[in-house]
Amino acid sequence: MLKDITLGQYFPGNSVIHRLDPRTKLLLVVVYIVALFTAKWFVSYALVLLCLIVIIGISGVKPRTILKSLKPLLFIILFTGILNLFYTEGKTLVSFWISTITYEGLTRAFFMILRISLLVTGTFMLTYTTSPVSLTDGMESLLRPLRHLHIPVHELSMMMCIALRFIPTLTQETDKIISAQKARGADFESGNLVARAKALVPILVPLFISSFRRADELATAMECRCYHGGEGRTKLKQLQYRARDAVAFFLGAIVLASVILLRIFGL
Amino acid sequence: METKAISVEQLNFAYAGGEDTPTVQVFENLDFSVEEGSFVAVLGRNGCGKSTLAKHFNAILLPSGGKVSVFSMDTSDEDALLDIRKCVGMVFQNPDNQIISNVVEEDVAFAPENLGIPRDEIRRRVDEALEIVGMTKYKNHAPHLLSGGQKQRIAIAGVIAMRPKCIVLDEPTAMLDPRGRREVMETIRRLNEESKITVVLITHHMAEAALADRVVVMEHGNILADGTPKEVFSQVQRLKDARLTVPETTQLLYELNQNGYDFSLDSLSVEECAQAIYKTFA
Repeated sequence: MLKDITLGQYFPGNSVIHRLDPRTKLLLVVVYIVALFTAKWFVSYALVLLCLIVIIGISGVKPRTILKSLKPLLFIILFTGILNLFYTEGKTLVSFWISTITYEGLTRAFFMILRISLLVTGTFMLTYTTSPVSLTDGMESLLRPLRHLHIPVHELSMMMCIALRFIPTLTQETDKIISAQKARGADFESGNLVARAKALVPILVPLFISSFRRADELATAMECRCYHGGEGRTKLKQLQYRARDAVAFFLGAIVLASVILLRIFGL
Repeated sequence: METKAISVEQLNFAYAGGEDTPTVQVFENLDFSVEEGSFVAVLGRNGCGKSTLAKHFNAILLPSGGKVSVFSMDTSDEDALLDIRKCVGMVFQNPDNQIISNVVEEDVAFAPENLGIPRDEIRRRVDEALEIVGMTKYKNHAPHLLSGGQKQRIAIAGVIAMRPKCIVLDEPTAMLDPRGRREVMETIRRLNEESKITVVLITHHMAEAALADRVVVMEHGNILADGTPKEVFSQVQRLKDARLTVPETTQLLYELNQNGYDFSLDSLSVEECAQAIYKTFA
């Protein structure tokens, strides 16, 4: 039952998008978000949407997967849309009972829904096309300058790497504990919210205990393999910018520049 | 004179107690050594100190008295720490808790990366280590999708990538099914025979211990018996007193002897045992 969790899901593939350097992708996501928030009117939104569609097309991720990923966010998206629809002042379009829908409200709600959907889909494209390991490598490499501010960049990325590695292990373990507790008559399916939350305690306690034990053993095993922090460490897979990364940066810059220009002209 | 891979002299060690827990004295003046290139099995019941002893071999634990040295390096010398750990690799019981990365080859590369070895050399070592454990075709797999035996072989590869002179394995097969156990044992044997790596195998499987050159039986932090598998396992009564079982073949001959026959107890393999019985009855 827990196998369906899609935290930072990755769809292996061999498209140009997949092969881009993770640092390029991370930076381009930032560019994309800036562009998205700069966009003001139909033309600029259309441009951002077009970019996203092209990226999805090249990456080979199925459109259905993307729609599915938006589903859990449907409530938030609709809620924001409705709020904007009713609470924007301006030229009245329809008016009934105590609420009015204005012309401005309608367009604003539309753009808001579009903006959130594009934001989520765009950032999901990053995790869909980048393996967790190269993603952490990319982050470590981009954040390296922060070391001078005494931020433990290597340690953070190591922690993230280990966390990602243990997600499937701990998921399997949780499944096992749930089965074991069910076999002893634990009831997870009935009762109100409080009762169900309480029912989680007999799952969480053993899970925590075993995680601490795992952490202890892992630490010993890492020490045995000469781990002594990030100092003087080399890497099997060194990140390297290639021609395609330059092209990607160039295209990203063009899109951002166009969106800014369009904003100046109010489009 | 042969070089000693590991030598333990007058080792004293106690787990410090807290408010509610008493101090546990594990070793008192223990002497022990391992010859370079040998394959030693350490046997004993749970809590006899065998894992604690193993942790002294690469300075995970330090002696509270006495001296442990590996390849002439004192384990309490902090400057030699990395060299000691590079020399003596260690594999633990649960392969899940030893694997660090989401990709097999990146996990094997972990130790050489820590040692700051150049990239091309890491590549070479990773390929070589995976080749030795026979896992080359899984190098891009995710470890959690492999079987227990395969995961344990990856853990072994992760250790051989350091090119250690000695490997200490702490019950590496305890969590594996019979097939995984066979895979791992074959790998260990090959490491000892082909790569000439000194192996210390901690186990409570008699059949596994029988594969070693030398068997050491421990009880309450002391060495109860020490010798070739044949010498050790023929002391059936002594092992039974320490509540250890003996290999099934020895057990069979032992019981026949109890009923008035006179077999020598040093036939360990099924083949030898069958021959011995055949000779007597033919």
